[in-house]
Amino acid sequence: MKKEDLPQDPGALDKFTREVCYVKNAEGKYETALSRGWEVKKQALDSAWDDVNERIEEARKAVAGGEKSPIHYFMELRLMDLPVLSGYTGFFPFFIKRHLKPSVFKGLSDRKLEKYAAAFDVTLHELKNFKG
Amino acid sequence: MNIDSQTDEFRHVQTAHCENGVTTALLRYHGMDFMTEPLAFGMGSGLFYIQIPFLTVNNGPAISFRTMPGAIFKRTCKSLGVDVTRKKFSNVAAAEAFLDHKVREGVPVGCQVGVFHLTYFPKEYRFHFNAHNLIVFGQEDSNYLISDPVMEDVTTLSKSDLSRVRFAQGPLAPKGHIYFPERVKPVTDDVIRKGIVKGIRRNVRDMLKIPGNFAGVDGIRHTAGHIRKWRDKLGLKKASLYLGQIVRMQEEIGTGGGGFRFLYGAFLEEASAYMQDERLSVISEDFTKAGDMWRASAIKMAGVYKGRLTEQKDFDEIADMLIDIRAVEKEAFQKLSRLNLGN
Repeated sequence: MKKEDLPQDPGALDKFTREVCYVKNAEGKYETALSRGWEVKKQALDSAWDDVNERIEEARKAVAGGEKSPIHYFMELRLMDLPVLSGYTGFFPFFIKRHLKPSVFKGLSDRKLEKYAAAFDVTLHELKNFKG
Repeated sequence: MNIDSQTDEFRHVQTAHCENGVTTALLRYHGMDFMTEPLAFGMGSGLFYIQIPFLTVNNGPAISFRTMPGAIFKRTCKSLGVDVTRKKFSNVAAAEAFLDHKVREGVPVGCQVGVFHLTYFPKEYRFHFNAHNLIVFGQEDSNYLISDPVMEDVTTLSKSDLSRVRFAQGPLAPKGHIYFPERVKPVTDDVIRKGIVKGIRRNVRDMLKIPGNFAGVDGIRHTAGHIRKWRDKLGLKKASLYLGQIVRMQEEIGTGGGGFRFLYGAFLEEASAYMQDERLSVISEDFTKAGDMWRASAIKMAGVYKGRLTEQKDFDEIADMLIDIRAVEKEAFQKLSRLNLGN
């Protein structure tokens, strides 16, 4: 990539930092240059976030409809999958899957729910009373 | 964020990739003024390609354009005869105490962190990715001074924020991982040249000789095969997201552009000067070409996730572009392997 071709399309990084890219200067030698971003990758990131937001909305509906427990919603909200949530709570994925059922969720002890609440960065009250 | 009170000795270095940056800045701190990001990347045999089978990351394919986390620092230090101390902790208090001890000694240290809770990153970039690296180089009031190599300026983190990212959970959990070079001896140009040759040879081996079909140059063909099937198998929407994930792994902050290929081109150019060998800078052009081709494929992929391209033939064309990239990279590495670099 030639230095003059380096895109400068503002994106999510814009207020935080510019990024280092390796480009060819006029003499055909490599040097570093700072870029504000590139439309092509910005759109990839945007579409990833659109997908995340859709998943969160679906999860909210599933909780509201009584199909899933609040753990399912907060998991999506915090972009977590089973291995990540398992890491933060110490519960095995097999048990987490069970806890996604509203019927099982109802019977969980506060001690267990506290672990989930801490992982999701919410209070125990918020976790227990999330209705979708 | 500007902080004027950087310690006299430690100088922040902004680089494309975090691990290269930590390696470069820490080795420079220990007197290796010659160290640059491309040199660290090349000596550490940083270039790679892999699509890890059966694994999805953030609901997309697990693709990487670089070698495994930690390898660049380890290999580069080893080539230069630098001893490295590393520690992981099961206990947060012990990890904090050890870090405080090093900070009091005035030693800058590398830390592996997760980015999800990294407060100075934009929210849009905070996924559960646990192999980010930064340097802690001091303390001011109750905050740690942080040199994050991908950022233009140094920044700070509170004690609790730092502990939180050092103990991020999930795949590649850092477990408070802290590392720093020790007993750095003066390095001769001969040692650097040997390190360069070793780095190139290992990279040739990784890209051409690795067993299996999903890694090295063959991994690119493997992904091309997947792309051809994605539209029918996953539906257009999910297939678009998968392509978006490839583009992000390839072009996002941390790669230097073109899936690290430009960075490798810069390394070969620098290597050519050290080795007094013009052939290396000729081969450097092949990697520039590969990087440009990766970027062209990203533009095409963007056509799909922008909804402009929807046909199977578009997916086939993208796959064909990857096949062409594989051919260019394979030939470039074969040229490198045929060079008789001595040592």
